[in-house]
Amino acid sequence: MNLILLLLIPLITAVAVLLMRNANQVRWTALAGASIQFVAAFALLYFFNKERAAGNTLQMLFEQQYIWFPSWHISFHIGVDGISVAMILLTAFVVIAGVLVSWNVTKLTKEFYFQLILLSFGAYGFFISLDLFILFFFLEIAVIPKYLLIGIWGSGKKEYSANKLALMLMGGSALVLVGLLGLYFNTPERTFDLIKLSEIQISYEAQMICFPLLFVGFGVFTALFPFHTWVPDGHSSAPTAGSMFLAGISMKLGGYGCLRVATYLMPHGAKEYADIIIVLSSIAILYGAFATMMQKDLKYINAYSSVSHCGFVLLGIAMLTKTSMTGAVMQMVSHGLMTALFFAVIGMMYERTHTRQVNEMGGLLKTMPFISTVFFIVGLCSLGLPGLSGFVAEMTIFMGSWEHTDIFHRLATIAACLSIVVTAVYILRAVGRVAMGPIKDSFKDLPDARWNEKLAAVILILGIVAIGTAPFWLNDLISPATELIKQKIMLAQ
Amino acid sequence: MIMPGLYHILFISAALFFIGVYGFFTRRNLITMLMSIELILNSVNLNFIAFNKYVWPNKLDGLFFTLFVIAIAAAEAATAIAIIINLYRSHQSIDVENAQDLKY
Amino acid sequence: MPNATYILLIPLLPLAGFLLLGLFGRKYFKNTSGLIATCLLLISAALALYTAYGYFFEYGKVDGIYKQLIPLQIHWLEFSPGVSINMGIVLDPISVMMLVVVTFVSLMVHIYSLGYMKGDERFPTYYAFLGLFTFSMLGLVVSSNIFQIYIFWELVGVSSFLLIGYYYDKPSAVAACKKAFIVTRFADVGFLIGILILSFYTGTLDFNTLIQKLTNAGSPELQHAMAASFLGVSALTWGLVLVFIGGAGKSAMFPLHIWLPDAMEGPTPVSALIHAATMVVAGVFLVARLFPVFAISAPQALNLVGYVGAFSAFIAAIIACTQTDIKRVLAFSTMSQIGFMMFALGVSGTGGENGLGYTASMFHLFTHAMFKALLFLGAGAVIHFIHSNDMKDMGGLRKYLPITHISFLIACLAIAGVPPFAGFFSKEEILLAAYRHNMAIYYVALVTSGLTAFYMFRLYFSIFWNKEANIHEPHHGEGGFAMMLPLVLLAVGAAGAGFIPFGKFVSSDGAALESEFHLQFSIAPVVLGLIGIFTAMWLYKKQNDKPDRIAAALSGLYKAAYHKFYIDELYIFITKKIIFNLIGRPAAWFDKNVVDGMVNLTGNTTTAISERIKGLQSGKVQQYAMYFMAGVIGIAVLFIYIWK
Repeated sequence: MNLILLLLIPLITAVAVLLMRNANQVRWTALAGASIQFVAAFALLYFFNKERAAGNTLQMLFEQQYIWFPSWHISFHIGVDGISVAMILLTAFVVIAGVLVSWNVTKLTKEFYFQLILLSFGAYGFFISLDLFILFFFLEIAVIPKYLLIGIWGSGKKEYSANKLALMLMGGSALVLVGLLGLYFNTPERTFDLIKLSEIQISYEAQMICFPLLFVGFGVFTALFPFHTWVPDGHSSAPTAGSMFLAGISMKLGGYGCLRVATYLMPHGAKEYADIIIVLSSIAILYGAFATMMQKDLKYINAYSSVSHCGFVLLGIAMLTKTSMTGAVMQMVSHGLMTALFFAVIGMMYERTHTRQVNEMGGLLKTMPFISTVFFIVGLCSLGLPGLSGFVAEMTIFMGSWEHTDIFHRLATIAACLSIVVTAVYILRAVGRVAMGPIKDSFKDLPDARWNEKLAAVILILGIVAIGTAPFWLNDLISPATELIKQKIMLAQ
Repeated sequence: MIMPGLYHILFISAALFFIGVYGFFTRRNLITMLMSIELILNSVNLNFIAFNKYVWPNKLDGLFFTLFVIAIAAAEAATAIAIIINLYRSHQSIDVENAQDLKY
Repeated sequence: MPNATYILLIPLLPLAGFLLLGLFGRKYFKNTSGLIATCLLLISAALALYTAYGYFFEYGKVDGIYKQLIPLQIHWLEFSPGVSINMGIVLDPISVMMLVVVTFVSLMVHIYSLGYMKGDERFPTYYAFLGLFTFSMLGLVVSSNIFQIYIFWELVGVSSFLLIGYYYDKPSAVAACKKAFIVTRFADVGFLIGILILSFYTGTLDFNTLIQKLTNAGSPELQHAMAASFLGVSALTWGLVLVFIGGAGKSAMFPLHIWLPDAMEGPTPVSALIHAATMVVAGVFLVARLFPVFAISAPQALNLVGYVGAFSAFIAAIIACTQTDIKRVLAFSTMSQIGFMMFALGVSGTGGENGLGYTASMFHLFTHAMFKALLFLGAGAVIHFIHSNDMKDMGGLRKYLPITHISFLIACLAIAGVPPFAGFFSKEEILLAAYRHNMAIYYVALVTSGLTAFYMFRLYFSIFWNKEANIHEPHHGEGGFAMMLPLVLLAVGAAGAGFIPFGKFVSSDGAALESEFHLQFSIAPVVLGLIGIFTAMWLYKKQNDKPDRIAAALSGLYKAAYHKFYIDELYIFITKKIIFNLIGRPAAWFDKNVVDGMVNLTGNTTTAISERIKGLQSGKVQQYAMYFMAGVIGIAVLFIYIWK
């Protein structure tokens, strides 16, 4: 399968969206583009598995390389392994759902959809690039639309949030850039190529400097404590689809970067700094969960819970065992689907009740059975109910973390385990206040979900259930790739 | 009669240059400032010619550059005067003190 | 070896019911959903019975010993080589027994609900949830893998949550369902960490391999797990204690029992199914599943199980004597009876006569499911009739509810341990096991069984005798055929289940255990039970002021027991004051002020600096030219004089 297709489809969609005359055409074009991309992502999964089944054990499949800037050894090098395929699938799910829930955007519809498609273009490019330079290029493409999405279509203190988010993410990518240049100049070949970099030995000193730069830089995207404060503000001000993309896709860019670039290329650095990251991510998990307990705004609840859940991603990566890293990738996929659905539901509720304060809601199950049921499902997924994706990912991380025998790793794992109680507390508090309880008079005749909202929710729920009930396919997809990373870490002594 | 040497010409050119700079800094009238710029440019032209004549008599580079500068100066004068006319239209004045809109 | 497909159908049929009714019930099966679910469960129950027959009488027994069979195992998720979650079906005496119990009680509840929940707005949803619960519980009992049991453990937890919160517009129901879920979740963390510990030392999650490795004294895994210790207790004991905490949470053992009384906010048939007969015994089942490890390798953990069970049984019985909400009385009685099952395991050993406690515990689980489900369904009929849970509103109902009255009486006699009803046999075995192994527990158990008789008959007399009924408009009778049939069937079970030679089928080592009967041993408990019954009769058969006077005489103790020994208040103090105020609030404050403050500080510093230097951008062309000139001169000077 030609991977350039994955970049061409969003690009053509974006141009087509700009050419459309009215809002309705724009919507359908965007939906068509997202659907084609959705199909393409599944085709990629199919062809990937077919190749693997046929015995192709190359690290990266469907590789393509075009010289782009010969004097600096920059090439347009793309290819996928299991982790990338998983992330591309996630992106495809979130994009189609995001397009569907934005059906009612009336302000500058064309521009709105253009930004959404552009963001997805950046994400797809990021996940398939094998050259760090174009990886960075796509990372930046994925940042800018967020600023506009929040700044123009947002709500609340949107200017503040947009600035905060863009500046913190830009700060993160500045660190990434410095780290990348550090890698580039510390190799004899002067290359940005991921595969070549993984084959040569990067000096210990260079790793000690570049690893924290890259990990923290990407970590800002994944809400690494204490660089997570853009998350609550950014999410709460963003429009529904913006929050979905932000939490479902862009936070995953960071996790992917931490794993693929920082940890994979610099195993020494990863080993040296793992303890610090474990401490920070354990703090993020518990502290995020406790902070969530005190929030009253639904979007803040989900944003803080994202901090906690993304802590699991970083914890899984920093534990450096194959199982925990597989779990981290699963958690990225799972959290992406789940949190996108969560924000979609919050958006639907907000559109109808015009409030996001849990105290002002109540009894929505009566008037909006569909939306409330989805809210239940996503809440249960968030608190790790078996059968839904969250459970599988968290358990994989726990099992992987427990492979370490020393007391430090044990304590971190136990702390992470304890967070599932706190998660249950805040999720049930939100669900109990919003969906259950006596209904307010003003909510008595609110309408339930429309077709587009139902479709979006169903697509995401299918993804969640597919992972939750049959995790083996995702596990089989990811674990060969994490196995390679693990081997690289084992070699670094 | 002393033949004027390189130093004399450089002296004149330096004097012209600083007169031009002085004029550019002190005058408030845009036309006068434009004239000062012309002085500066011409002082540079003088330098080019002088160096060409006394240091590299076999080459023509200095002359070429001078021609370039003259052409650019003409273009610059045309543009500048167009700007000045537009400024006059909008501000009813060609005093730079009155055209301070472009600031923080 | 049996064919796996039809065994697989036993849990899958309720699941199909859940999916069908959950997705399409509101639209297409508004009225027929109850029948659909009941029919599916009927097939399930028939298959379970067929399986039980096949297992116990055809293929289960090899050389006089019941073997464990695994007809099906699916690779579900592999963590690392050897450590994987396999979804499987295990057939052994306890799982087959549980299959029968769960499907039978669930079927009874399905039928009963046809009458009880009739006309409810969310009828399909109710049956969908029942289906989900039945599926999860069946999945739990046939688990072949410790992680599989955890998965279904969580699923029964969530179905219990959904069913307790079924009347979602009642704030008390919402609070109760949250409480139930969170308390059991807290216990589940213990279970999870226990699983992690056990799996780490054995390198497997499979029950069979795990038990094999941990009971074989020569295996390196066992020695490793025994050698590692934390706070002076071996890692293995820690693991098992943590697993037991999970079980204690689900089975409402002290001090994790606080959710059970509140869980009575759910519809009464649900209480019968989940909070009396099946889900709450999951903890007992879990300990029984891992019983060889407990008994052979970690006797301290097993002792803990015994003491916690005995203490819970005793304290719950005392509280039950003072409650006035009939469902809460039954809830505490459930807790007390589960305590019996727990300590029966705690005083048991493995193999032959030593394993009497194990058999007794499972036997009691079996009989308890019958009579407790019956008690709840009877209570449901009473509540359905009188529209109140409080025994103060009841009295003299025997004339209005004759069938309920008789079946309730049978259940009370059974739970009080009066021969020849079911409870007598199982309780007798438990007491015998305790008598042989631990006298302290035996005495506690003896007193508790006397108390049990007392509070059950207090309940019985208060509902059906006491004052004359005060019914203004007996608008409907006992409820239709659908509600009466389960009562009658369960009453037959409660009366006759004791005659099953249980030890022949279920024992700690699979070999048949002849149940022995000692007349002189039974005298003490039966006499104590009768004393309890007659005391209750003396106090409550006719309306009088004796109970109030006794309560006044025991004011302190009575008040403490009435308030459930203030354990709820203690929990509220811990959660509200300590967790919310001392951890949650500071965390949120810290985030808003310190972490966010740092970010804002960076932003503000940048703004302040730019405020200072923006004066340079004055808009004066000549000033800019000056700077430019100065720069040029500066660079010229640098080049000419300094860098040359």
